[in-house]
Amino acid sequence: MARVIVVTSGKGGVGKTTTSASISTGLALRGYKTAVIDFDVGLRNLDLIMGCERRVVYDLINVVNGEANLHQALIKDKHCENLFILPASQTRDKDALTEEGVEKVLKELGHMGFDYVICDSPAGIERGAVMALTFADEAIVVSNPEVSSVRDSDRILGILQSKSRRAMEGREPVKEHLLVTRYSPKRVEDGEMLSYKDVQELLRVPLIGVIPESDDVLQASNQGTPAIHLKDSDVATAYQDVIARFLDEDRPLRFVTYEKPGLLKRLFGGK
Amino acid sequence: MSLLSYFFGTKQKTASVAKERLSLIIAHERGTNRAPDFLPELQRELIAVISKYVNVGPDDIKVQLEKQDNCEILEVNITLPEQPQR
Repeated sequence: MARVIVVTSGKGGVGKTTTSASISTGLALRGYKTAVIDFDVGLRNLDLIMGCERRVVYDLINVVNGEANLHQALIKDKHCENLFILPASQTRDKDALTEEGVEKVLKELGHMGFDYVICDSPAGIERGAVMALTFADEAIVVSNPEVSSVRDSDRILGILQSKSRRAMEGREPVKEHLLVTRYSPKRVEDGEMLSYKDVQELLRVPLIGVIPESDDVLQASNQGTPAIHLKDSDVATAYQDVIARFLDEDRPLRFVTYEKPGLLKRLFGGK
Repeated sequence: MSLLSYFFGTKQKTASVAKERLSLIIAHERGTNRAPDFLPELQRELIAVISKYVNVGPDDIKVQLEKQDNCEILEVNITLPEQPQR
C-alpha cells in the first residue's frame, strides 16, 4: 500500500496546491514513485500549477465511476520520471466522490507500485476536504501566520483526529506535520506577524518547515512549474528542506530570521 | 510606528494581540468541537444508573473530557445530595 499524505488547511489560498506540487515533485526527485491527486472536484487547479492542463483527458471522477482506468487517467509529469498527476473533474460536483471510490483508487495506486500518494485537499471542511483526508497516513497542515488561517487549521486538525479512517478504526493516529507558509521574518521581527513558534504553540503540531513569502511562487505558477524546481530561490530551498525532514533527515530551519539594519538606519530610517 | 512609541514601547504589538485572541478561541473551540459524540449519551446513562441508588438530578453530573499533551482525562463529577435517600 502506498503511503497516503494529505495536504490540507481548512482555509483557502494559503498554499495547499503550491505545497502539493512541490512536495510530490520533491519526493519524485528523491526517486520515490509518486502520484498527486487533485481532490478539488469542480475547481480543478493542480493541473495548471503542474503545467499539464492541456494533457488532461480523464479525471478522478472518471476513474471512481469506472469510465476510465488509472493508466488512462494518470498524467506523467513533464519534469520527473516518477511523478504522475490525477486531475480533478471540472464538470461534476463534490458529491461524485465516494469513500469506496477513493479507497479503490488508492488501493490500485498501491498495486501499481506507488510509494507515495499526495492528496491535494480543497479548502473548507465539506465532503471534498473530508474525502482527501479520510485515508491519510500523514497530514501536512498548511497554515499562514494569520488568525483565520491558524483557527481553520485547528478545525481541520480536529476533523483529522475524528473522521480519518485511522481515527475511526482506533489505529495509530495520522502523523501530523505543520507547514507555515508565506512567512515574513521582518514582519515577525516588527511584531506585526505571528512567529512560526507562536503558530506551532497554538496548534501543537510538529513543525516540518517554514516557507518564506516570495514573488517566486507567482513566477512558478505563471509557468506551470512547481516552485521546488526554481533555481536560486529561497522557496525552492525551503521545500527541499521540507522533503529532507519528511524523510527523517536533520535540517536546521532557514529563512526565519531577519537581518537587522544598522543602528543609524534604525534611528533615522523608521521601520 | 512613530519614533516615540518605538523607544517607549507604548503600543502593544499586533502579533501578540493575535496570539492572545487565538489561544482563547482555539481553547474554546477545542472544548466544544472535539468533544466525542458519546459524552451526552454517557451522561444520560450515568444519571439513569446513579439515580437508582441516590437521588440525583441531571444537573448533578458533569462529564468532561480534557486533553493534556498526549493524555486524555475523562472527568466525571457527581454531586450527591446532602442526605442521600435509599
